[in-house]
Amino acid sequence: MKKVQVYITLKQGVLDPQGKAIQTSLHALDYPEVDDVRVGKYIELQVEEGPDLETRVTQMCEQLLANPVIEDYRIELEEAR
Amino acid sequence: MKVAVIVFPGSNCDRDMYHAAGEVAGAEASLVWYTDTHLLNDVDGILIPGGFSYGDYLRSGSMASTSDIMNKIREHAEKGRPVLGICNGFQILTESGLLPGALMRNKNLSFMCHQEELIVEDNENVFTKLYDKNEVVRFPIAHGEGNYFCDDETLNELKANNQIVFTYKNNPNGSVADIAGIRNRAGNVLGMMPHPERAVEALLGSEDGLRIFQSMIANWRSSNAVNA
Repeated sequence: MKKVQVYITLKQGVLDPQGKAIQTSLHALDYPEVDDVRVGKYIELQVEEGPDLETRVTQMCEQLLANPVIEDYRIELEEAR
Repeated sequence: MKVAVIVFPGSNCDRDMYHAAGEVAGAEASLVWYTDTHLLNDVDGILIPGGFSYGDYLRSGSMASTSDIMNKIREHAEKGRPVLGICNGFQILTESGLLPGALMRNKNLSFMCHQEELIVEDNENVFTKLYDKNEVVRFPIAHGEGNYFCDDETLNELKANNQIVFTYKNNPNGSVADIAGIRNRAGNVLGMMPHPERAVEALLGSEDGLRIFQSMIANWRSSNAVNA
């Protein structure tokens, strides 16, 4: 069994109003060094191992987990504990 | 004309749509639960209502876009028959690839519910034939994720093929090119964030939405003149 970690973020160039609001709040809390905030999603899957694991997880991202029109994704695999 | 209003778990504008298309505009309307795919076999038009299908899990419309009934809706659209998606229905149409682009969080992060003025940019499709080009109409909006986005290439295609059907006069949500509604190239699939079904009687504050349903029915009558 593998633990699959999927990180989904808005594409560069796509406005992230939520990130902007968080940045404003951080500035208000006196963290002026924060230059940019981007909000994303983290999805964790437990997947049975197989030869096409990475390809199939990529397909899952393209078809459902991420929306390729507005989002990028990054996949990390590790042994499930 | 037989039209089906698709009901997903979490749809909440289904009865308004049914009322507008059926009782007000005069189509033979039915409410179809999303698992009853066979009920779409002999319908002439499909209406996908607003709401929060599947609780907006993952992304608005994404769960509904993977349901079996979408295959039926896709086949129906490919035959050139009308499909109208309003609000969450529009989100479902973009998530399923029947229309390009995506709907994102409103620029001001707020859920907005008020009347907006729209400009009719295209009246060469099944749903807006009874409007004048550049006519200003008043429809309510009610959404938190109505900020339409697409890349420049897609936007150029939308413009080149007159696929932008409605724009906001005063863009409330940050949509690219003030887009409030778009259609497919053939003109039989329309998705829009504002709610024409909530603007079909003077009592509701505007009757401007009624012609969307009347256009669809008139279009069907003219192409099925023998049966009409």
